[in-house]
Amino acid sequence: MEIRKDYFSDERNDDLHEIGHSRTRSDTPGHVTGKTAYFADRTFPGLLHLKMVRSPHHHANIRSIDVSEAEKHPGVVRVLTARDVPHNLYTILILIQVGPEDETVLADKKVSWKGEAVVAVLATSERAAQEGAAKVKVDYEVLPAVFDMEEALKPDAPLVNEHHPGNHYLYDSGDHRKVRFGDVEAGFAKADHILEQTYNSSPIEQAPLETTGCIVTPDGNDRFTCYTDTQAMFFTLDNASIILQMPGHKLHMVGGTVGGGFGGKVDVIVEPIAILAAKLTGRPVSFIYSREEEMQISSPRAAERIVIKDGVMNDGRLVARKVTGYTDAGAYSRHSPYGAQKGTAHYPGPYTIENVWIDTYCVYTNRTPSSAMRGFGVTIADFALEVQMDKLARLIGMDPLEFRFINAYRDGDMKAHRQPTEGAALIECMQEASRVADWPVADRFYEMSSRSREA
Amino acid sequence: MARVPVQFTLNGQDRAEFVESGVTLLHALRHTMGDTSPKAGCQQGTCGACTVIVDGELRLSCLTLAETCEGASIETAAGLANEGLLHPLQRAIVDGFAAQCGFCTPGMIMAAKTLLDHTPNPTRDDVVEAISGNICRCTGYEPIIQAVLTAAQSNSQKAG
Amino acid sequence: MVLKRGRGVAAINYPTGMNLGGDPSQALVHSTPTGSFMVTLSSVDLGQGLRQVMSQICAETIGVPTEAVTIDTADTDTGPHCMGTFASRGTHRIGNAIVQAAREARDVMLEVAAEELEVDAGDLDTDGTGNIHVKGAPQKSISVFDTALAAHFKHGRSISGRGMFLVPRSFPETETGAMKPATCYAHACVVADVEVDDETGEVTVLSVKNVYDVGRALNPKMVEQQLVGGSWMGISHALYETTEPYYPDRENGGTDFNQYLMPGPGNLADTETIVIERPAADGPYGAKGVGEMCANPQIPAVANAIFDAVGVRVDTMPITPERVLRALKAQSQEALAG
Repeated sequence: MEIRKDYFSDERNDDLHEIGHSRTRSDTPGHVTGKTAYFADRTFPGLLHLKMVRSPHHHANIRSIDVSEAEKHPGVVRVLTARDVPHNLYTILILIQVGPEDETVLADKKVSWKGEAVVAVLATSERAAQEGAAKVKVDYEVLPAVFDMEEALKPDAPLVNEHHPGNHYLYDSGDHRKVRFGDVEAGFAKADHILEQTYNSSPIEQAPLETTGCIVTPDGNDRFTCYTDTQAMFFTLDNASIILQMPGHKLHMVGGTVGGGFGGKVDVIVEPIAILAAKLTGRPVSFIYSREEEMQISSPRAAERIVIKDGVMNDGRLVARKVTGYTDAGAYSRHSPYGAQKGTAHYPGPYTIENVWIDTYCVYTNRTPSSAMRGFGVTIADFALEVQMDKLARLIGMDPLEFRFINAYRDGDMKAHRQPTEGAALIECMQEASRVADWPVADRFYEMSSRSREA
Repeated sequence: MARVPVQFTLNGQDRAEFVESGVTLLHALRHTMGDTSPKAGCQQGTCGACTVIVDGELRLSCLTLAETCEGASIETAAGLANEGLLHPLQRAIVDGFAAQCGFCTPGMIMAAKTLLDHTPNPTRDDVVEAISGNICRCTGYEPIIQAVLTAAQSNSQKAG
Repeated sequence: MVLKRGRGVAAINYPTGMNLGGDPSQALVHSTPTGSFMVTLSSVDLGQGLRQVMSQICAETIGVPTEAVTIDTADTDTGPHCMGTFASRGTHRIGNAIVQAAREARDVMLEVAAEELEVDAGDLDTDGTGNIHVKGAPQKSISVFDTALAAHFKHGRSISGRGMFLVPRSFPETETGAMKPATCYAHACVVADVEVDDETGEVTVLSVKNVYDVGRALNPKMVEQQLVGGSWMGISHALYETTEPYYPDRENGGTDFNQYLMPGPGNLADTETIVIERPAADGPYGAKGVGEMCANPQIPAVANAIFDAVGVRVDTMPITPERVLRALKAQSQEALAG
């Protein structure tokens, strides 16, 4: 890696003692000797293992649940159903007033995705827990399911989640979040060319090497210590407190080094049920996702569909952009209503466009609920936006890199969401990329600056 | 569940313990022998985080039954440092910033050690081949490859 | 079989911190009797090295070596609130909280040192190696060690500080979407070179030239870790990764690392990394969040390079050999029809 100190050198003090120096990481000696403590590197006597009975159907009513055979299985200590969970209906972002509560810890009346948790089985070994789980009998009435976002938004589509009529999230702005800036139709009217394209993605797994999990121990004083690999300690504590109707001071979350997160460990799924199990059995409880659960049960990055319509002039200026973005939340909200609306501010990209119209929808379908992942709400948008930029450049016969210089935002430019641009450095990144990749552009682009516009 | 005795050397130390019949070497090491350096990343033999060396050969401890290691000599990443002095592979990973979350690191090191034990002067392709069964989600692998090559070099300098 | 080469570019920006703000982080700093410093947090280290960077931020601010700082974190009994490690917020939000806490601790430290040296605290400075001296008169000095001892046993002072950083929550205006989603943005421009096998549809990324604006590289080797690993993940996203290969069809999802594909050590692109530092006005020592943005630009750059190589657009991620082949087939059928 090379740091090009010549850019913006007047904005920095490079003469610091500790900052800007590649000090050796103090944690790596622990990593290489196996001494770094991950949450699962603990062994407790009397530990119980929790295995989840999961829905084999994408969408089904639960007629009845029979746990009697499971309870009799050797090694099984306790079986938990929805009735055992004090506040079974929850949503993670309720802590920052993003409701409604729309997901059950353990399903009671209905399952809305294949893999949804229905019954928790606790046993003295993983094997006994697995065997016990296989003996739980759930009688399902299979319902029609919907997997495609546009199908889900049709009036006659199966209702995925009763808390979200129409299969979309309801923002205070209506069925979608929006940005309106300038006059997008006037922009299209004056454009030399218009290009409308649709981009798609499918769900992506964070795939950390260490799977999601926790181990809970009763402390003996009605407090519970939860060793967890969550990415957010208090988010987990506060949500567990709500679900378990247990004051926060009874909960103690201990993290450590996490074996990779990438956004996959911001949901609060394993901890509340494991704490409940420890409370009800009085024994330490381990609930750790198998690799299969990590890959197909834990929330992935959402699939998205993004429709971009741009108006461009022959001289390269983007004069109008209209974007409709759809985020596939799966069956429940988790962090998706938050991530879906992130695009409204992002879709203009790092470019200054005078006429912008953006709508983003958060849509519910019968699949694994999606949630955060590295680049949440932006990664797929960047794919769509920058492929679109390439197409636009070729449409008007312009070099793709020069086309980006022409439209790059500068300090002081007003963004569509009505914040002035500050601290821009896109132009300098492109100038450097042009040099390092030997992709020459016209001289005037090397003279540009993010700090001001040339006269 | 029936419990059976197992006896082997772990990082040069004689160990004899009772384990449940049918448990994996990974489980026995982590939960009976107190060596948590091998990690459970998939428990289906696809990630390499549990890699150890059994009688000089690379093994996925999640696919190895503890009972089959009777009398064997087992090496793990926890046993590599000598009186606090890091093994060249460990040193190279620390100095080369070749670990991030660290979860794949002990297994990665054991895969690389198996290579260096057999091929003291490996080519880059040798290194790539040797760690191809070990998944890393953080680093993009290049720093790890470089660290293994660096360790091989410092080994051969010492030998020379 | 023909191997065709192509080149593509992409440029992006990325917001630092939780969208629309409202995501607090706190830090507490105190000294031990012998002048070591403890930083207490509840933030989580996911492997990116949060503890190392936070100790450097604290050390720089107080004016002591990094080794003198210990980070105690991820414990809700001891650590003050942190919203969490996500949204490229760790370095920026927690770093800012530590700067505030460390400044408060430094002020007390200098006050105690001033009393010991019988000078004005305003005239004192730290040398970064464990000593406090009068500005312009380095011989008139006291060690941090002795200052801490004096604070504890003589002056009854706690060399400590509290830090809190919160970007106030922004609520989007419902009709116009006026809002403040973020305070600072990282930037990147990437050029990718690929080779496409027109018989198998397989894409090989030959090289990526990654240029990133990171605000400030607080620990350059650790920034490089993020940027190199992120670039790998971007390429992986572009060509391989999904849990539902035939989305929206729900079948055929991978359940292990044999079925869920990612590039292995034998499939690496030649990766060149260049860093530009335009400091963020509100970042700790100018740092912006870079953990996420570094994995984004490779995806469109690779997609554009594929078009440059073989003249087909695959507008659905991931760009699998099957999709490339189908696009090539459609292209040749169009050519025949035309």
